[in-house]
This record gives sequence, structure tokens and C-alpha cells, in this order.
Amino acid sequence: MSNRLINWFKFASPQSFYPLAGRMIPWFWALTAVFGAIGLWISFFVAPTDAVQGEGYRIIFIHVPASWMSMFIYLVMAAWAGLGLALNTRLSGMMAQALAPTGALMAFISLWTGAFWGKPMWGTWWVWDARLTSELILFFLYIGFIALQAAIDDPRRADKAGAVMALVGVVNVPIIYFSVKWWNTLHQGASVSMTKSPSMAQTMLWGMLVMALCFWMYSIAVALMRVRAIILERETHTEWVRELPEVKE
Amino acid sequence: MKPRHKRIALIAGGLAAIGVASAFVLNALDSNIALYVTPSEVAAGKSPQGKAFRIGGMVREGSIKRDNLTVHFVITDTVKDIPVAYTGILPDLFKEGKGAVVQGRLASDGGFTATEVLAKHDENYMPPEAQHAVEQAQKAQRTLKP
Repeated sequence: MSNRLINWFKFASPQSFYPLAGRMIPWFWALTAVFGAIGLWISFFVAPTDAVQGEGYRIIFIHVPASWMSMFIYLVMAAWAGLGLALNTRLSGMMAQALAPTGALMAFISLWTGAFWGKPMWGTWWVWDARLTSELILFFLYIGFIALQAAIDDPRRADKAGAVMALVGVVNVPIIYFSVKWWNTLHQGASVSMTKSPSMAQTMLWGMLVMALCFWMYSIAVALMRVRAIILERETHTEWVRELPEVKE
Repeated sequence: MKPRHKRIALIAGGLAAIGVASAFVLNALDSNIALYVTPSEVAAGKSPQGKAFRIGGMVREGSIKRDNLTVHFVITDTVKDIPVAYTGILPDLFKEGKGAVVQGRLASDGGFTATEVLAKHDENYMPPEAQHAVEQAQKAQRTLKP
């Protein structure tokens, strides 16, 4: 094994990851604030009014980043869960557990802001079309994952049960993403995708992308904070946790 | 084979199995997942008989007529037309030449009595000036055609 590989594995142990996460958190919070300020400024003051929807369209600056994050966090969570199952690393399960509440929050924001937009634009808060329904299922998957982990006392067994559930649920993510292509839905198709140039005005697009970066940074910062709390909780009995200055006091 | 490799193979195999199973389920459900049918499908008799369903399409240009509180318009997929009658509040985005989804029942005369009308927004977001430019361009193109 090369030296570089060993270095990476070093951070797979909670003991060495704990201080690293602690050093990274302020940076991610700072980036959240910067991207948030720029993103909101573009969203509210620079981006033009939409020709058809008026000012109401501005909800996409929250709705789209939250929806992207809800899907992406699930993929990351499932990847950590799978890694934990395969390699039996302790940190993987903790990472998956730390990501779930943020993912659930993002799915909830996505559904809630979507309903707010849907009422004036479509004329309804909710329809059971494929996009909306599969996103609701994603929200339930997050809640189910959190509940399942909380219901099992032994953390290692909780991790394993949660991981299996997270991996089974991963099939839902492509369904959400492609639902607007595969079936007739009330929800519009993607304005921004990898296969064609975006169908929105330049400044609107920039506002959305910067807001998405802000959501990324926020999610990382919060997940790192949560994983530190989980590490402390699960490793209370160990020598190194007892030796930590913040625990000694 | 190390136990670790065995577990990785098991996870990969499990994921593949779930993927294939979901693909079959979704394929079987196919048309039932669709929120609405198109006017062509209605004309071909593929719409549910004797119960409420949704039709999606474009509101034909110049087809909106108001008669007291009832609105009459034609929903089209450019191949087949379905006349719709609706009494109630229309969403702001409901316009001629734009997408709409109507829910209701087919009347015996081939018309459609809607109980709910939803506007369907497309994926285009643009400021009014850009919208104006697009309309001008489309108009120019239409006059060019023989």
C-alpha cells in the first residue's frame, strides 16, 4: 500500500476525523454566509422578473437547490451506508446518520416551497403526479431511516439496518430525476440539465447556481457538526474522548 | 475471496436486483403513473370510461369563450381537439397557447365537462423582453412559411 492510501484511511477512524472536522466547520460556515449573501442578492435584486410568472418564480432560488440537495444527500448517505456495510468502518455509519436529518429537511423544503409555488401558478397545492409523489417518498425514506436507526439501541446494528434501508431506497433517486421525462406530469421538465443548454435567463441561472453552492456548504457544515456530536456520543467510553479539553471541563 | 469482497459483491448484486425489479414494476405501471392522457389518446378510446380522468394539452389559440360563469375552450395536442366546459376559478397561468391539465368527465356529445383546471408551466424562465423577442421571432417565422 502506498503512503497516500494509508493517510486517507487514517481519517476513517473517529479519533483522527473528529479534530479534522472541527477545523473544517468554520470554513464551511463562512462559505455558506458568502454564497448565501451573493445568491440572495442576485435572486432578489439582479435577476429579472419572469415574463409569465411575475415575481412568484423567485421561489425557485430556494426550491431547486433544496430539491437537488435532497436527492444528492440521499446518494451520499447511501454511499456511506454501503461503504460501512462492505468495509465495516465505524465512521461510515456515523456519516450516514449525520446526513439523514439534513436530507429530510431539504426534501421537506422542496415539497413545501413547491406547494407554495403550485397554488398560484398551477392552481393547486398538490397533485399526485410522478415527480411530486416520488419526492414525497424520498422524504418518507429519510424519516424511515432516522426512525429505524433510533429504534435500535446497539449503534453497530442500527447502522447495518439503516444501511440496508438506505441502499434499497436509492432506486427512488433516478425515478425522481427522470420522472418528468418518463411520464406525463404536471411538474415541468428540467430547466437545467447535463444534456442541453439551460432554458432560463443568464442571471436567473446564476442566482440559482450560487444558491445551490450555499446549500451545499450549509449541508456539509451541519453534517460535520452532527457527526462530531455522534462521535462523542458513541465513543464516550474511550480514553481519547475523556482526554479532550472540551470534555474535561 | 475475502469476506469484504463477498459483502461488496452481495451489495452490488442486491442493488442490481432491486434496480431490475423496479424497472419491471415501473414498466408494468407505465400508463397508470401518467397524470393525464392526451387528446389523441381520448380520441383513440384509451381514456378511462365512465369515470373522472385528466386530459393534458395546449389551450388552442382563440378558443376561449366566456358564457356567464362558464368558460369554454379547446384543449389540443395539435392532432386532436377536445372542447372543454368549466365553471370556476382559472389559475393565473391559464392562457391561450399554453399548457393546461383539466380534470372531469366526457359528456355524451364528445365534449369534456371539467371540475378542475390546472395550468402547466414549461421549463422556460425568461424576462419579459426576452419573451417579447421570442414572440417576434416566431411571428416572423410563421409569415415566412408558405
